Amino acid sequence: MITLAHFVIVSAILFSIGLYAVLAKKNAILILVGIELMINAAVLNLVAFGRYDGALYGGQTFALFAIVLAAAAVAVALAIILNVYKHYKSIDPDDINELKD
Amino acid sequence: MTVHLVLFYLLAATAIGSALLIVSMKNLVRSLFLFFVTLFAVAGLYIFALADFVAITQVIVYVGGVLVLMLFAFMLSNRALLNDLQEGVRGVFALPRWQALLVATSFLAILLFVAVEIGENEPYWITEAQDNQSIIQPQDNTIHHLGINLMTRYVLPFEVVSVFLMMALMGAAHLARKEEKQS
Repeated sequence: MITLAHFVIVSAILFSIGLYAVLAKKNAILILVGIELMINAAVLNLVAFGRYDGALYGGQTFALFAIVLAAAAVAVALAIILNVYKHYKSIDPDDINELKD
Repeated sequence: MTVHLVLFYLLAATAIGSALLIVSMKNLVRSLFLFFVTLFAVAGLYIFALADFVAITQVIVYVGGVLVLMLFAFMLSNRALLNDLQEGVRGVFALPRWQALLVATSFLAILLFVAVEIGENEPYWITEAQDNQSIIQPQDNTIHHLGINLMTRYVLPFEVVSVFLMMALMGAAHLARKEEKQS
């Protein structure tokens, strides 16, 4: 049986990689990929701890909810990115620096 | 037992290695396709935590939906990218930005410290569950239990999520639609 610490360490590494992608990348879609990596690390933690909840299955249920919410977030974020590209002709977050039209 | 551990380490190494390649590749399409590999490896890790239904949902929702959507948006939004693909492997690895690297590694150190602490002295509810034998066993029918719990105990979050999903889809359709000519 694989212990809890294994899962927690793997998800910690994945979360840090996602954080690095969010902070360092110059492309809005790769920043979105970084956010997805962080969500996946969190879901891995939920699932690993949910193993010890044999009566209520709380971890797995909320892992399912988290996956669904992440999918909805990606749909909205990509629509926003497309609009931003239409307006600025760029998806580099450094170029997007004004609020007004 | 050892086969389990070897498979687990293999999947974990695949997930972490491909995630590292995602952030270090310069070519954006390649890193998007590498994201497929990471998602599949993480789904395999879910199975090791005895969450087979979550793993299948991960494959269907992420690989079937999210990634195709991302590729679609990417092809729409970046024309310079296709030129970059045809030029070959000029500059495979991007230099890391040191500020982001510093923040990420220090955060990793904190998380690893907490993980080691949890591994040494587990929370009381986990030891309690181990004593009561209420852990999920490999021979349990998880989909059966998940379905019953989803429709009884967790029915309120379930309905809230369904309404939220509809709102998000309507919002995305509204944002992505073509603007009409104002007359």
